[in-house]
Parts: sequence; structure tokens; C-alpha cells
Amino acid sequence: MDKSAKDRPAASEQREPGFATLSVHAGAQPDPTTGARATPIYQTTSFVFDDVEHAAQLFGLQTFGNIYSRVGNPTCNVLEERVAALEGGTASLSVASGHAAQMNVFHLLMMPGDEFVAAKKLYGGSINQFNHSFKSFGWNVRWADPDDLSSFESAITPKTKLIFIESIANPGGIVMDIEGIARIAQKANIPLIVDNTLATPYLCRPFDFGADIIVHSATKFLGGHGNSIGGLLVDGGKFKWADDDRYPMVSKPRPEYQGIVMAQTFGNFGFAMAARFLSLRDLGPALSPFNAFLIITGIETLPLRMQKHCDNALAVAKFLLGHRQVAWVSYAGLPNDRYHALARKYCPRGAGAVLTFGLKGGYDAGVDLISGVNLFSHLANIGDTRSLILHPASTTHRQLSDEQKVAAGAGPDVVRLSIGIEDVEDLIADLDQGLAA
Amino acid sequence: MGRPVSHENYLDAFIRGILDSVKTIAVVGASHGDDKPSMFVVKYLSERGYRVFPINPGRAGKLVARNTVYARLKDVPEPIDMVDVFRRADRVGEILDEALELSPRPRVFWMQLGVKNEEVAVRAEAAGMTVVMNRCPKIEYGRLSREINWAGVNTRTLSSKKPRRLAGGFQRLQLGPGKPTR
Repeated sequence: MDKSAKDRPAASEQREPGFATLSVHAGAQPDPTTGARATPIYQTTSFVFDDVEHAAQLFGLQTFGNIYSRVGNPTCNVLEERVAALEGGTASLSVASGHAAQMNVFHLLMMPGDEFVAAKKLYGGSINQFNHSFKSFGWNVRWADPDDLSSFESAITPKTKLIFIESIANPGGIVMDIEGIARIAQKANIPLIVDNTLATPYLCRPFDFGADIIVHSATKFLGGHGNSIGGLLVDGGKFKWADDDRYPMVSKPRPEYQGIVMAQTFGNFGFAMAARFLSLRDLGPALSPFNAFLIITGIETLPLRMQKHCDNALAVAKFLLGHRQVAWVSYAGLPNDRYHALARKYCPRGAGAVLTFGLKGGYDAGVDLISGVNLFSHLANIGDTRSLILHPASTTHRQLSDEQKVAAGAGPDVVRLSIGIEDVEDLIADLDQGLAA
Repeated sequence: MGRPVSHENYLDAFIRGILDSVKTIAVVGASHGDDKPSMFVVKYLSERGYRVFPINPGRAGKLVARNTVYARLKDVPEPIDMVDVFRRADRVGEILDEALELSPRPRVFWMQLGVKNEEVAVRAEAAGMTVVMNRCPKIEYGRLSREINWAGVNTRTLSSKKPRRLAGGFQRLQLGPGKPTR
């Protein structure tokens, strides 16, 4: 066999495109009507039906197609398939925000009086959503410690419907043992939901480690430019919903649709279909096609940006570690960090762009730094091209008790950075002069 | 067509080869009713240019999605290219027996999403038929034409070619870009 024949993939193999190719192409084809190559912004509320019969079929979920932009829009569909492809999922649903994605997932899986287990180190907004809004629906959270997997096991009761974690937690720089927690979920026969916002699929693909559903705030690194709020949920396609009485939205005949069983009719993307046609349809947090367009455009450069974010963040973390006014740095990319081994396993290309550190001067020194920097923007977001700085204790995590703040990695001395894609020398110089001020 | 490399993970080209070449499809176990996936399949495939024959002894002579129902495969008045089976895995063998008696013999024996029977697959392949298990032809058509993208589904396909619409409406696409499917 000559060399060229040997290098050619065997006829039995289907070539799998790489991550950067999927980032540019997945879900998008030239427009069938105009040939437009960039994804058009289908800024329309509604779509004409081919005929009366076609309309009836669409409303009965008997065929695929466009009806009304609250339940689906072709620009949003491109975003959905792209993120599903990048995550290795079967299907996805885009919604108005990351919080809306969580709302949709929980609405499908939880009934009043049910419980779920969540890692206690989470984005502060999720802690609020779980502790307050979800509680008012009768969805009761039981917190577990991501550093002690046995706490997940002991938090599970017969009422537990799901486990919720983040791949990399914001703001603490905690990397969670997805595979270990997935094993616990499998043993209890409940789905594992992973918020993959901070890692993005470029750094970590939770489905490869046993996650069942992934949620995203696309507002952060997916969109990446700080210009659009958006969220997604992704169906991993592996959880066996069929015949499981505990999840009637997915596994039981639905009166909303003439008795259709989502998991039966749609197989391994039944969860995503239920999310669209039972949750999004009725709860309403649709993503605007314009935001979807901006997020799609952002994703095309996701691999380039994420690598630069990570490389810059590691350099900044090393600089801070060596600074005399800095008490500690929490960034899993640092070799001595307690989460470094987990980061090597789950996100080997980098530990993300978000890091926290403590100033020896405490709260006051943090306030001085925030007012002294010129490039870092003081705002409550992460995952922008621009570098961002924040004091979580007085902002994103303000509503938490002091104990919860510390538990979430947002104590009074903590400063959070989201490192952008500027020249890292400029970022370090800015922090250096800010610390000297 | 021919045999797939594996019954666990069919290549797109294999499935596309089947859907590109068959013209007549008998759907065994097609039932009537707005909650029945078999009805969706009959309706969807007949609107994508296939001639579809629902098979259901209990509804012979009536209609499923405007297509006349026949009691048995042998009652269908023209050659059947593909048999698509909506039956429990342990009842699929009987359907294969009926299919094997037809002349000409159907080229494709397709078991629906959720239906797998290795023994029947081996037997059908030994008789020269191409076998698909645990897949839905509607979903596969939707995936390979990329219509299913309108439901946010990962088609696992990439293309820089403009999709082509089927005659009869805006929201119907051909199976492959650049060439008519039939």
C-alpha cells in the first residue's frame, strides 16, 4: 500500500470536522432563497405556511419548519445547531439568557415539592435563582460541596430529580470533577446538568464526561464581545427518559400536543424538543434573532479568542502571584493551585479567563485598585474581549450572606478579573500601576 | 447501499444512498391519529416525493394521511422498494417473512427508531436486503436535507452549497444540494 492510500481514511470512516471548522460552519448554509453566505438576521415574528395542511402539521409537530419566532427562528436555529455541534450534543435550544436556559431545564424536570442537588460554589445569580425564585415554585435545592463528592451522594433523596454543577465555577476558579459527579448521578438514575459557560466547549466538553444536559450563558465567551444577552441548553441525547414516570414532560403523552410523547417521537433529541415546545412556548423567553446573529459571529472566532483569553489569564495570574501586595491568587492554570490537576484533566488547553485574588490590604485596597485601573472596566460581566474587574462581595454576590459569600469564593477581600484579549503586557502594566496607586 | 459498516453508527452516505434511491415505501404498523409517529412518517415522506403505502390490517381500505391503507404487504399493487417497520422488536420477524415472499423483493428493510432485532437483520441481509435498525426515515431525511435544523437539531453535516427547495412550498428542502433527489 502506498503512502497516500494509507493516509486516506478508510471507507468505513466518516471524517469528523475539527472544532475550529465547526465553529465557523456548523448549522449555517447559504440562504436557500438569496444565496446569502453570512447567516441572515431573520427579523420577523412569523412565517407564512405553504398551505392550510402545512400549518396544521407544523402546529401538531408533525413536520419541521418555522411558525413563530417565540418557538423558533432560522437565525436562532443556526446558533442552536452550532452550539450543539461544538458540545457534541444532539440538539439545542437558544433562549433569552443563561438564566432562562436554567429556568427551561428545571421547568421540564421539576414538579412542586421536588428536590435537586447543586454545587454550592456557583455563579451568584444561580445561587439566588435556586434559593429564592425556584423555591417559590416548590423546587427545593440541597447544596453539596464540589470539593467533597460524598456530599452529593448524601444530599440525594427519593425526591431528587437532578444534579446541577458548573464545569468551572465563577468566581472562585473551582474546577469540578464532572466525571465523578456524573457517576453519582448515574447511580441515582438522575440527569446531570452542567453549566459550561466559563469553560466553553473549546476548553471542556462535559458530555464526554457523562453530563446529560449543558446550559450556557452565551452572553459570556460564546458571544464574547459583551454585546448580547443570550442563553442555550444542549441535549446530550443519552439520558433514558422513555418510560420514566419521574419526568412526565419528556416521557408521558402531552395534552399540549394531542398526546405526543416527546422522548418517543423524537428519540435522542426529545428533551430539546420538549424544551422548545413545552417550556419555551409557554414560558416565553425567546432569543432575539439579532442577538443570535451577534453570538453566531462571536462563535466563529471562539477557538482563537479562548486560547488568547487563557494565555493572557495565566500570564496575569503569574504576575499577581509575584506581587508583594497580593495575598493569594486562585486560578486553576497555576501549577500549585488546588484545582490544577482537575484543570489538566477537564480543560487541558487552559483554565479559562476568570481568576480571583486577594489583596493584603483587604476591602479598601480592592476599592483603590478598581478605581486606579485604566484598561480594566469595572462592570458585572465576564467573557468580554475587554478585560474586566469586579468586587463580587459588593456586587454580583451582594445578596448572599457573609457565610455564603465565602463559600462561593466571594469574600470581602476578593477581586475578580475577566481577562480579555488585549496585549497582556498592557494588562499587567495597568494592574501594576493600579496596585501602586 | 449494500451492507452498512456497522449497525450502531451508520454513515451518512449509506443512509443518503437509501433515501436517494427508493421511490416506494411501505410503512408497516402505520396508525391513524395526531399523536402517532407512524402517521407523521407517512405524511412527511409522501410530501417529500415518495409513494407511501401504509400497512395495517385493522384499517385496510381506509386512509392514513391521505394514503390508502393495505392489510398486508402482498396487497400493495406495485413493487415496494423499502419496508419501514413500526412493530415491537419481537414481531419484526413476521414482517420480514412477508417481505421475503414479495416479488420483486424489497431492497431495503428498515426498522424504526427504538426497534432493533439482530437476528432479523442477519436474515434480511442474507437474503440480499439492505438493513437499517433503530432509525426513523423522517428524522434521517430531515437531518440530511437539514430541514431538522429548524428544530435546533444537530444535523452533523456541513455544507457550503445552497440548499434547494422542493416544489410545493417554501419550507421543504431536497435531500442533497445541487442535484434533484428523484
